[in-house]
Amino acid sequence: MSIDVGIRHRFGGFSIDAAFSAGTGLTALFGRSGAGKTTLVNAVAGLLRPEQGRVSVEGEVLLDTERGIAVPPHKRRIGYVFQEGRLFPHLSVRQNLGFGRWFTRRRHRFGSFADTVELLGIGHLLERRPGSLSGGEKQRVAIGRALLASPRLLLMDEPLASLDEARKAEILPYIERLRDGLGLPILYVSHSVPEIARLATTVVILADGRVERSGPPAALMADPDLFPLMGRHEGGALLAARILAHDPVDALTELEVSGGRLWVPEVDAPPGTQLRVRIRARDVILAEAPPVGLSALNCLPATVVEIGPLDQPIVDVKLVSGEDFMLARITRRSLRVLALEPGRQVHAVLKSIAVGRRDIGRDEHLAEGHFERS
Amino acid sequence: MLQLTPEEWTAVALSIRVAGWATLLSLPLGIATALLLARGRFWGRGLLNGLVHLPLILPPVVTGYMLLLLFGRRGPIGSLLEETFGIVLAFRWTGAVLASAIMAFPLMVRAIRLAVEAVDPKLEQAAGTLGANRLWTFATITLPLILPGVIAGAILAFAKAMGEFGATITFVSNIPGETQTIPSAIYALIQVPGGEAGALRLTAVSIAVAMAALLASEAVGRLVARRIADR
Repeated sequence: MSIDVGIRHRFGGFSIDAAFSAGTGLTALFGRSGAGKTTLVNAVAGLLRPEQGRVSVEGEVLLDTERGIAVPPHKRRIGYVFQEGRLFPHLSVRQNLGFGRWFTRRRHRFGSFADTVELLGIGHLLERRPGSLSGGEKQRVAIGRALLASPRLLLMDEPLASLDEARKAEILPYIERLRDGLGLPILYVSHSVPEIARLATTVVILADGRVERSGPPAALMADPDLFPLMGRHEGGALLAARILAHDPVDALTELEVSGGRLWVPEVDAPPGTQLRVRIRARDVILAEAPPVGLSALNCLPATVVEIGPLDQPIVDVKLVSGEDFMLARITRRSLRVLALEPGRQVHAVLKSIAVGRRDIGRDEHLAEGHFERS
Repeated sequence: MLQLTPEEWTAVALSIRVAGWATLLSLPLGIATALLLARGRFWGRGLLNGLVHLPLILPPVVTGYMLLLLFGRRGPIGSLLEETFGIVLAFRWTGAVLASAIMAFPLMVRAIRLAVEAVDPKLEQAAGTLGANRLWTFATITLPLILPGVIAGAILAFAKAMGEFGATITFVSNIPGETQTIPSAIYALIQVPGGEAGALRLTAVSIAVAMAALLASEAVGRLVARRIADR
């Protein structure tokens, strides 16, 4: 399964010249608004005809301006979940869900109506009209509608952007299920670091219509060079983790990561569940020795690998703990007092409550190969 | 006093027949024109818009006279129609259909066009990504969404066609049983002594029809709008 996209387009004073490939899993197109993310997915969907470009999915060419090929949107079999849902107001939820299925050839169909409704938890909404649904419900119906057209690729253009935190938290698990359960490649547009940290298998960073970098989210998030693009406060590490046990008394969950164990606020999943945990650089404290008499519950042994530029009062220190990279953001003074340098053994201290619910997502693939020893 | 005479009944029945056919026949063209004007980007769009609205501005007698010149038995289109299809429009009730359809067309197109402009093209894009081609998208998304406008436009056009006078009398004259619609009958009645009672009765019918059409148009519009409203 592969998607290859290369597009050149100009409009107004803005130009886009970007190319990327995506495989299975969720490929996040990340960038600020105006970076060209939506233009790219619209070109993939066929809603926008770029001046020059080539789009192919599974080897089938959908667009090739040089050869004069431009498959119309309705023949591309590409699902699209729009930011505003775009449900049909005159049709019931059931009719909205069935709309695309009706145009799909029998041999292309996958997933049953009942399973999709179950997956998205929208069974109780079927007879309602879109106008009476909440934002989160609308988005779930929009996802179901796109899925039931049996697409070979799913595009999601900031599907959570118009929702509040509670509604986002309601939908994120469903997107994780799509990614891990259906094997359907997803192109996901977002400008939110927490979202891509939680969802992305691969991240393509766009800036001013160009591809700046691409790679797995853990590597990109731990790269201080990318902080200006990702936002300083959001940068940090992404660790593959597995639930070891729950402590119902204190409402905590113990996780295993490659560098040791972590206590985090209780996660609603059975032991053995594989997770990804985002740890922001500014939440990590460095200590020379395992601290005593400290309220923070977590302490991972780590080795300093790289120290960020010293011309700033705040310095990012890159660590390796087990097999994962981590980042710690400390003051230049702390760096001097601790005499940190590459190769130095330290302890990374982390408060449990610094890891919020939205920083923890399910992931069956991020941790592949990590837990073979146990 | 309130009882319509057989002649008056004939005029009422003819008016309904003429207006009904005029509405029915011009509806597909009205929808197409409204779509073209609302969505189309082509050379001559302004010209088409002007042409559609011309009967609204021109003196009706001018429209009727032009119809007579073009569609009369010796007119370029009229003679062609008669030779090839054997259709005669001048001084026939079919000619009244044509005249009232043209006079009512601007009202119909305006109502439908407003409805088309209110449809979010993004919904049609979404239908495309779900596999619907343009024809299916029109049938399943656009048409149901503009339905209130289409119905309102049709009712307005029907009422307008019922009352059309100037162009009709110029093009097809005032022949009882053939081309004498309610307005022409009223006109004829007030030309003769003692015709006032009949004129008054037909006037009442006219007012009732017009009022009913307006109320129905409003009600249907509200009903359909509520059904598809985003709530």
